[in-house]
Amino acid sequence: MGERRKKKKRVIPGFGLSIGITVTMLGLIVVIPLCSLILFSAQLSLPGFIETVTRPRVLSSYLVSFQTALAAAVVDAVMGLIIAWVLVRYDFPGKAVMNGIIELPFALPTAVAGIALTHLTTTNGWVGGFFDRMFGIRIAYTRLGITVALIFIGIPFVVRSVCPVLEKIDLQYEEAANILGANSRQTLFRVILPEITPALLAGFTMSFARGLGEYGSVVFIAGNMPYETEIAPLMIMSELQEFDYASATSIALVMLLTAFVILLANAAIQSRNSKIVSGIS
Amino acid sequence: MAGETENYVELRHINKTFKNYKASDDIHFGIEKGKLVGLLGPSGSGKTTILRMIAGLETADSGDIVIDGRVVNDVAASKRGIGFVFQNYALFRYMTVYDNIAFGLTVNKCKKSDIKKRVEELIELVDLKGLERRYPSQLSGGQRQRVAFARALAPNPELLLLDEPFAAIDAKVRQELRSWLREMITRVGITSIFVTHDQDEAIEVADEIIITNRGRIEQIGSPGDIYSAPKTAFVAEFMGSPTRISNISEFKGYEQLDRTIHAVVRPENVSVTKKTEKSRYPASVEHGIVERVLFRGRELELAVRVHGVLLTANRRLEEARIAEGEAVDVFIYRVYAFHENEEVQIVDNANVGTENLFYI
Ligand SMILES: Nc1ncnc2c1ncn2[C@@H]1O[C@H](COP(=O)(O)OP(=O)(O)O)[C@@H](O)[C@H]1O
Ligand SMILES: [Mg+2]
Repeated sequence: MGERRKKKKRVIPGFGLSIGITVTMLGLIVVIPLCSLILFSAQLSLPGFIETVTRPRVLSSYLVSFQTALAAAVVDAVMGLIIAWVLVRYDFPGKAVMNGIIELPFALPTAVAGIALTHLTTTNGWVGGFFDRMFGIRIAYTRLGITVALIFIGIPFVVRSVCPVLEKIDLQYEEAANILGANSRQTLFRVILPEITPALLAGFTMSFARGLGEYGSVVFIAGNMPYETEIAPLMIMSELQEFDYASATSIALVMLLTAFVILLANAAIQSRNSKIVSGIS
Repeated sequence: MAGETENYVELRHINKTFKNYKASDDIHFGIEKGKLVGLLGPSGSGKTTILRMIAGLETADSGDIVIDGRVVNDVAASKRGIGFVFQNYALFRYMTVYDNIAFGLTVNKCKKSDIKKRVEELIELVDLKGLERRYPSQLSGGQRQRVAFARALAPNPELLLLDEPFAAIDAKVRQELRSWLREMITRVGITSIFVTHDQDEAIEVADEIIITNRGRIEQIGSPGDIYSAPKTAFVAEFMGSPTRISNISEFKGYEQLDRTIHAVVRPENVSVTKKTEKSRYPASVEHGIVERVLFRGRELELAVRVHGVLLTANRRLEEARIAEGEAVDVFIYRVYAFHENEEVQIVDNANVGTENLFYI
């Protein structure tokens, strides 16, 4: 039995070669840089490390990053879901154009996005001026501004992960729910949403993780006031500018661990969901 | 209105066109309460469309649908008192067996204790005890079908519609499930319509069969009637996997037939005997050459060429073996003969009666 198993032909040939390439690439572009990060931070002693990453100014930068990224990811999840729904379920003129525009934040240099958004949202800009006059709300140079930039950066993650799943949902689920007496709200929340939750969660996590690390589009709109609008990646940049590599990498390490935990949580949820769907228990 | 007919469900001159394809063409039939009816026809003949229109998932272009004496054309699907089992079951993947079955009750805001009672009753009925906490992906095809069946029955519908209920199930279990479904529906006593393209399935399960072809109804009748007395050329050619013969008047015993008439002959009406065996009707046997012998398990299937036509016949395993290429005697008991667009006549071999006299 065991021998026969070994001899069984794989459908895709060259498993050895492809796993080799995968491991090498992962090593070169992910693991080795990360290790060097850890090695650099190891120049500090443990108390030194803790002291560096818990300075009040650094702590508040984590908070700013975390708050804004979370808020942006939540907005992205809701807006992205609605956009994906419209793109998949309705036909309207300009749909193809809209489909393309969704990806713009991916393609645009983040600094360009940052400058454009800043211009738009200062008290002199169209949007910023409107909000300032109407509601007395300032967008640029506040945490709200950071959140706006992160929403812009993160939205394609949600749309692009939800769209294909939404397309694949069989209309029969809705018909079955309908015949069984469910109204459209019940059908949406009990039947359709569970189907897209994994994808929505994946999009949410990616946009959240990306938001934590986003630098280019945020620095312009943030204003970078210590304790107010200073994000964690900016702290790293300023340490680097002072040639304090050990501090910079220490803060980076904390960011890295946070992102890792978030992605791990996502992976755990995804694997539970795929078990439900594929039936491997 | 209600007293006008005994029919529980009635379709009155229903027409439905998709873009430019006529999926339903003057569909008109009635179903008595408590009957189990099979909609039988080839793929694409409009069976599912009929079912979906009854359920309210599709709207007819013209005509009336009547359920329990009430015209339901403008009644929403959820208000028609219908249970629907979809072809691939459409079980909710992220709900357990229990939650799937309970769905129709929970969305209607039934009391928790009532839901529990009803679901447990149904789980008992369909014999799924112990699997309540499983997800649909962790069930076999047959178990999924039972969940779909229970889910459709949960809100106590008056009419059950099943679209190809056995299509997604492997051949071995299918046989078993046919009798299971038949028994279940009889026990629940619910009027049911099921769709199938498999004639054996329809014959075995249904009280009454409606044959569809190209959006039209060809014939309605009991399985026995449909099989033994096909009315239209389509039904004659569809039932019993027959062979078409366009030169039937050249065959012994059928010389009296019009030269232009078509005929179909079913394997069970053809007997093949070896030249060395004695035939019961020596005067009307034809000479044939066996071209293929297929082992079918229970019997042998022979393809025999007679007058240029390749006929199919069966032969029992315990009879003397016939080899490919062998010359044999062929006797045709009965054919179904028809002119285009005319009613089918059943024609027995003219020599059967007369020769039999000699034997008696
Ligand atoms: N929603 C639809 N849009 C367009 N054509 C359809 C639709 N539903 C069915 N049809 C067409 O109507 C015909 C009958 O379909 P259907 O009722 O599903 O047949 P069956 O169930 O007998 O296989 C088919 O040719 C099919 O392509
Ligand atoms: Mg069908």
